[in-house]
Amino acid sequence: MSLLELDGVKVHFPVKKGIFFDRTVGHVYAVDGVSLKVEAGQTYGLVGESGCGKTTLGRAVLRLVDITEGGVLFDGTDLAKLPEEEMRQIRHRLQMVFQDPLGSLNPRQNIESILSEGMAAHGIGADQEERRERIKKILAEVGLPTNALSRYPHEFSGGQRQRIGIARALVLEPDVIICDEPVSALDVSIQAQVINLLEELQESKGLTYLVIAHDLAVVRHISDVIGVMYLGSLVEEAPSDALYAEPRHPYTKALMSAVPVPDPDVEDRRERILLHGDLPSPAAPPAGCRFHTRCPWKQETRCATERPELTVVGDGHRVACHFAAEIEAGTVERTRSTGIAAVTETEPETV
Amino acid sequence: MNATPDSSPKLTKRADKIDRLAQLTERTESTSGAGLWREAFRRLRTNKAAIIGGAVIGLFVLIAVVGPWLAPYSPTAQDWRGEVFPNQGRFVGPRGENWFGLDHLGRDEFSRMLVGARQTLLVGVVSMLIGLVAGAVIGAVSGAAATLGGEPGRRVDTVIMRVTDIMLALPSLLLAVSVAAVLGQSLTTVMIAVGVVQVPVFARLLRGSMLAQGSSDYVLAAKAVGIRKRRIVLTQIMPNSLSPVIVQATLSLATAIIEAAALSYLGLGNPDPAIPEWGVMLSQAQRFFDNAPMMSVYPAVGIIVTALGFTLLGEAMREALDPKLRG
Amino acid sequence: MALLSVDELSVTFAGQGGGRGAGSGARRDTKAVDGVSFEVEEGQVVGLVGESGCGKSVTALALMGLLPRKGVSVGGRAEFDGADLLSMGEKKIRDLRGSQLAMIFQDPLSSLNPVVPIGIQVTEILTRHRGLKGEPARKEAASLLDRVGIPDPDRRLKEYPHQLSGGMRQRALIAMAVACAPRLLIADEPTTALDVTIQAQILELLKELVDQQGTALLMITHDLGVVAGLCDQVNVLYAGRAVETAGRRELFAHPTHPYAHGLLGSIPRLDAPRGDPLRPIRGSINDKIAWADGCAFAPRCDFYTMECLTGTPELTEPRARGHQVRCVNPVLPAETSAGTAEVSS
Repeated sequence: MSLLELDGVKVHFPVKKGIFFDRTVGHVYAVDGVSLKVEAGQTYGLVGESGCGKTTLGRAVLRLVDITEGGVLFDGTDLAKLPEEEMRQIRHRLQMVFQDPLGSLNPRQNIESILSEGMAAHGIGADQEERRERIKKILAEVGLPTNALSRYPHEFSGGQRQRIGIARALVLEPDVIICDEPVSALDVSIQAQVINLLEELQESKGLTYLVIAHDLAVVRHISDVIGVMYLGSLVEEAPSDALYAEPRHPYTKALMSAVPVPDPDVEDRRERILLHGDLPSPAAPPAGCRFHTRCPWKQETRCATERPELTVVGDGHRVACHFAAEIEAGTVERTRSTGIAAVTETEPETV
Repeated sequence: MNATPDSSPKLTKRADKIDRLAQLTERTESTSGAGLWREAFRRLRTNKAAIIGGAVIGLFVLIAVVGPWLAPYSPTAQDWRGEVFPNQGRFVGPRGENWFGLDHLGRDEFSRMLVGARQTLLVGVVSMLIGLVAGAVIGAVSGAAATLGGEPGRRVDTVIMRVTDIMLALPSLLLAVSVAAVLGQSLTTVMIAVGVVQVPVFARLLRGSMLAQGSSDYVLAAKAVGIRKRRIVLTQIMPNSLSPVIVQATLSLATAIIEAAALSYLGLGNPDPAIPEWGVMLSQAQRFFDNAPMMSVYPAVGIIVTALGFTLLGEAMREALDPKLRG
Repeated sequence: MALLSVDELSVTFAGQGGGRGAGSGARRDTKAVDGVSFEVEEGQVVGLVGESGCGKSVTALALMGLLPRKGVSVGGRAEFDGADLLSMGEKKIRDLRGSQLAMIFQDPLSSLNPVVPIGIQVTEILTRHRGLKGEPARKEAASLLDRVGIPDPDRRLKEYPHQLSGGMRQRALIAMAVACAPRLLIADEPTTALDVTIQAQILELLKELVDQQGTALLMITHDLGVVAGLCDQVNVLYAGRAVETAGRRELFAHPTHPYAHGLLGSIPRLDAPRGDPLRPIRGSINDKIAWADGCAFAPRCDFYTMECLTGTPELTEPRARGHQVRCVNPVLPAETSAGTAEVSS
C-alpha cells in the first residue's frame, strides 16, 4: 500500500461578492480531481506552470486549505475526514518546506523558538533542554552552526534560511515532507546545495517527498515519479526517466521542449514546440480537455467536448489525452503550428 | 588549500581569513541575535525626526512631572487682580516678575502653563489609552475570528467591522460632543469622549494588520507544524501586528491633545477653572484675543509643539518599524 | 568597430544606512559594478550572466543612463557608436533611449504605466521618436502588437496593463522597445517572471526580431540555459567583474574559470541521466573579498592558492584565443577530466 494516496481531490475556492454578507458568485477550480499515489521512501515530483494548482494541491494534503471533495489517504487514515484536533496531531508526520525561505519564518522569533515551538505542540522532548539538544543535532545535519539558535531569520542568507525551514520540518521526525518550490527563490549555486541536502536527508532518514516545482529539470533530478499538472488536473504521470524519454501528452512535450538546457549543442538541435497563447483562467476552465485551447494536436472530435481520463499507456505511465496513441503513431496531424508562427501569428481568442 | 612556502605573513593572515570564511558552518554575521525591536530602536536613534520629536516629548513630560514645583507662583492665586481690567481692555504683558504676563484674572501665566502641562498630558495619555485598549480588544477579537475562526468567525468579524464603520462615519468631534453631552461636563468626560473617537481607528488598524499577517507564509508554516490556533494568534500573528498600532498610538496622542483642547474650547472641558489646562486656557483667552493675543499664543504654541513632537516621533517609528526597510 | 564597447565600467553606491546590501554595516559604499569590460557587435547577441548581486542589472541601468544621479558614482567608459554613454548629457541620452537604445525589464507590470492604456503608451513612443501622430500612429501601434503576437491588437490597444497576462505584457513591452528599430536592445531578465512555455515564446520572438532587424541584443540573465540557446558571446560576471568571456560553444564546452565551471556543475539538467550528482559551489554570494585584495571568488573556490590573494587577477587566454579568463588557477583539461564530467552529452 502507498504511504500517501490522493483520490479525486478537488479544491474549489468560492469567489465572493457582497456588501454586507458575501454571496458566492463563482468558483476558482484550483484543483479539480487529482488522484495519485506516493510510495514510502520515494520522491513524487509534481510539475506545472503557475496557476496549475500544484501549490494548492500540496496545501490540501496538509489540510491547509479546505478540501472540497475527495480523499487524502495517509498511512490508512483519510485526512480529509479527520476532525480538526486529530488532524493537528497527525501533522508532525507530514511536514512542509516552503518556497519563500524568509517569508515562512516568523521575523520576531529566534531560531530556537521557531524550531522548538512545533516540538512543544506535539509533546516531543520533555523540557526545553531536551528539545534544544535535539535542535542542535538537526542543525548540524542541515549544515547550520549551533550559534544559529539565538539568532533571527533576517540574519541569515537565503540558502541558510531554507536550511532552517528544512530543520523546522525535520525536528518533528516526519514521514512525509511536502516541498513547495524548495529552491526556486535561491540563486543557482545555492540551489544545488539545497537539492543535495534534501537528497542526503532522504537517504539517511528514509523520508518520502512530494516535491512541487515549476522547474522540470529540478523535478526530474530528484523525483522517482513525476506528475504533470495543467489547470487543476494531472495530464501525465510517469517514472522520471520514462517521462523524459517518451513524453506522451502534448503539454508535457511542449513543456519539456521549452526547458532551456545549458548546452548549445542540445539547444541548437532540439525541436521547440511552441504553444499558442496563454493559460486560460482557472475560474472559467475550458470544457472538454483543458488543454485543447492551446494544443497543437487538437482534433475536431472529442477534444473540446469530452474530458479525458488518465489511462495507463505503459509501466506506471498514465496519460490524459484522447489521441495520445494516435499522436505517438503519427496518424493524426498537427492542427496548429509549433514553430515561430505560433508566437507571431495570432488566432482569434476563443474565451 | 596548499600554501606556498614563500608566502608573506600578511598573505598568510589573509588566507587564514578566507579559510575561516569558507567554513560556512562557522560563519557568523553578528555575534548575537538581534531582534527586530532592538534593530528598530537602533534605526530610531539615528533618525533626525525621531530625535527632535523625542526631545520635544521629553521636555513636555519633564514639565508635566516637575512643573508644579518649578512654577514661581501659585497658578490659581489671583495675586495681581488689581492690575488687570479685562472690561477696559487693560492687560499685563510679559515683565520681569511674570515672564509670560498675567491672565485675565491676574494670575501668573507662566506658572499656569507649567502646571497645565500635566493636565494636558494626562488628558492625552488617558484618552489615547482608552481608545487603544478598547480598540485593540475589539480589533483582536475581530482579527482572530476572521483569520482562524472559519465561516462563523468571518460572520462575527463582519458584524464587528460594520459597527466600527458606523462609528468611523460619524464626525469625530460630533461623536465626542454627544458623549460629553450624555456624561456631563467633567475632565473624565473629555477623556472618554476623545478616547471613544479613537476606538474604531485602533480596532480597524489592528484587525487589518492581523488579517495581513494571518495570510502570511510563516503563519501557514506554523499551522503546518501543528501549532494550536490560539497559540498562533498569540505568538505569531499578534507580535507582528503590533507595530502599526504602536505608531498609531503615538500619532493619536497628538490628535487626542488637540481634540481635548477643542472640546475644552467648546466649553465641554473641565468645568473647574482653578485647574489650569492648555485647552481650557486657550478657550478662555480667545475672548480677549484683541487686547491680549499673547494669552492665546502661549497655550496654542504649547499644544502645537507637543502635537508636532508626537507626530514626528510617530512617523519616525513608522519608518523604523517598516519591515521592508530592514537593513 | 564594435557598436557598444564598455571599458572598465564601475558603479558605486554611496552608503546610506538601511540599504538592501548584505550585512547591516550602514554607511559603507557598495561597489555594485567593479570594472566590467565587454563589447557588443552590430547584430550580435551578447549575454551577461551571473547570480544576484553580480552587478549585471546595474550595468544595464548604467548604460541606459537610468541610475539615480544622487549617491551613485559611475566610472569607466561605454562607447555606443563612438559616443560615450556615461558622460553624455541628460537630453542627448534621452533622445538615444527609445530610438537607438531600448530596454526590456524583468517585471513587465511595473515597467508599464498602470493608469494609461497600452495603446497610448505605444503611440507615445512613435510620436516622440518617429513623429507619427493620430491614425497612422494608432495603425502602426496595432501592427507592432500584431507582430509580437498579441491577438486582437485593436482591442488590446484600449486595455490597461493589468488586463493583460504576464506574457502579453512582456510582448507589449517588446513591441514598445522595437517600435523604432533600435540598434541595441538591452533585455534584463526578460523571461524570469514568466512560465517556461511562455518563456520559450518570448525567447523565440526576441530571436526573430533581432534576426529581422539586425538589432544587437545584450541579454542579461541568471539562466545559463537561456544563454546557451540565444547568445553568440557570453560574459560571466561575479561580484561586479567579468570573470570569463567566450563564445557560447567554447564557454559551455570548456568552462575555465572555477566559478563558471562550478555554476555549470550545479545546475540540474533535463537531459542528464537521473542520479547524476550535482556539484554545488560552497558558501554563499556574501562570502567574497574585494577585487582589490585578490580574487573575489577565492573564499568559495575549490582551487584557490596564495597567488589568488595578490591583487586583482588579470584576464588571460589560457585555453583558446578570444576565451578570456580572470583566474590564476584556471580549470584546464587535466582537472576537468579528473573532477567533472564533460558538459556535452
